[in-house]
Amino acid sequence: MSKLKAPWQKMENDALLNSLQTSFPDAACAIGSDWPEIDIDGSDLLTLIQKLRYDEQWTFDYLFCETCVDWKTHFTMVYHLSSTKHRHSVVLKAKLDHDKPQIESLVGFYKTADMLEREVYDLMGIEFLNHPDLRRLLLTEDWVGYPLRKDYEDPINMIRL
Amino acid sequence: MHQEIKTTPSGDMVINVGPQHPSTHGVLHLLITLNGETIVNLDPNIGYIHRSIEKMCESLSYRQFIYTTSRMDYLSSHMNNHACALTVEKGLQIEVPERAEVIRVIISELTRLASHQLWWGSMAMDLGALSPFFYAFREREMITDIMEETCGARLTMNYVVPGGVMMDLHPDFQKKVKAFIVQFKSKIGEYHDLVTGNIIFQNRTKGIGMLSKEDAISYGVTGPAARGSGLSCDIRKLYPYATYQKLQFNEILETAGDSFARYMVRMREMEESVSIIEQLIDNIPEGEFQAKTKAVLKLPKGEFYTRIETARGELGVYLVSEGGTTPYRIKFRSPGFSNLSALNHMIKGHKMGDLVAVMGTLDLVIPDIDR
Repeated sequence: MSKLKAPWQKMENDALLNSLQTSFPDAACAIGSDWPEIDIDGSDLLTLIQKLRYDEQWTFDYLFCETCVDWKTHFTMVYHLSSTKHRHSVVLKAKLDHDKPQIESLVGFYKTADMLEREVYDLMGIEFLNHPDLRRLLLTEDWVGYPLRKDYEDPINMIRL
Repeated sequence: MHQEIKTTPSGDMVINVGPQHPSTHGVLHLLITLNGETIVNLDPNIGYIHRSIEKMCESLSYRQFIYTTSRMDYLSSHMNNHACALTVEKGLQIEVPERAEVIRVIISELTRLASHQLWWGSMAMDLGALSPFFYAFREREMITDIMEETCGARLTMNYVVPGGVMMDLHPDFQKKVKAFIVQFKSKIGEYHDLVTGNIIFQNRTKGIGMLSKEDAISYGVTGPAARGSGLSCDIRKLYPYATYQKLQFNEILETAGDSFARYMVRMREMEESVSIIEQLIDNIPEGEFQAKTKAVLKLPKGEFYTRIETARGELGVYLVSEGGTTPYRIKFRSPGFSNLSALNHMIKGHKMGDLVAVMGTLDLVIPDIDR
């Protein structure tokens, strides 16, 4: 009954993966759990997004999720992009340095990135370069530390189960 | 709390709306720059009800973390649970019994109806009409009663579990849902008589808070708010889950992009939800209501993403597993968060009094934004 992966989805993913691999031979593309994934270098982000956003064959115009994962040794920024025209989706992953995490902001391409990046900055401490208004969003301005990091300690407010 | 009135260098006044303002329906704080009565800039200041649900989930097991999500968008609590259950099922490759899937869809649509009815009542109340609130609650009460009998709760329904639903339906369920449908269908005309056709209401919503289709995509606006701008974004249609692909229903689209269009989308969506329930209520298959699962769930290493349509738009659950009994990292892409980010764009140039009309049709639920 509940199809874990619909056949049309697989075909679509394979075709998308093919076109990505031909266009970006240097990037590591693979099929993830749901959609094709591209592992990129943080410095290539803007050139890649420029192509994915405006090239007619992809038109990834909808950034539906942007988040970050703390892997203790490094951070991974994860971008979920979708196209309202072709209805396909792709996942971008950029590895960031743990000591000084920095990456270019996507506000110029997607306006939703404004608040999403402020949230990631607030809770993970990733610095977004060229973000127009990078300040804390959910927590107060004088909060110390970044709560979603794995090494964050708060003896008063944290509940351990 | 006394606070001095601030002014910007150009002489515009900066005022606070909230965090304790009735029209925000929660603790939302808006910093508004006003030129006379015209809004120049709006800066949402959120986080007053931030509970760090994402961090909490990292120390809860795969059976436990679902219950925290009922507290995100409390009006779509069932759909939130559904999204989490689907993510866990995707990871564990559990086949859900057909009976459970049908029950989930019926309850989802009942929740959507209850949510839209509350929105309708409270939005009319924000715009100065108090009585629609009581009309909306008359029908909504029937749904909350059904929920109470089905899962024991009226607001934070924790009914969906990985593998199915928590318990079987009670014997009166079908009878009560049918009674509700009869009542709703006979009363929906009253809703339109009271509010939709009202000329004051139309003047306050038509042409107010324009959002173009392109901006809706760029701001990540989803749900009825985006469908009012003609953007096709119903996850139930585009990326069907549960039994939605077998059902006959329309995706409601309006093209005007103003507050009235968003209002009409929700009103018409209620009728679609009723039609979905009608298709299913006599065809609930017999069988198990829950798949057999292990006592302790362990997801394989990997990443899982689920998209689902709640009453407010697209909810995404991004789960990173390291193979343990708890999620390594979880991210909820909440619809309200992205919808709120478009508010500044939509309200610029409008009068202060239009703010409640625009906020009302965005249907913001603050715990959903703050998480």
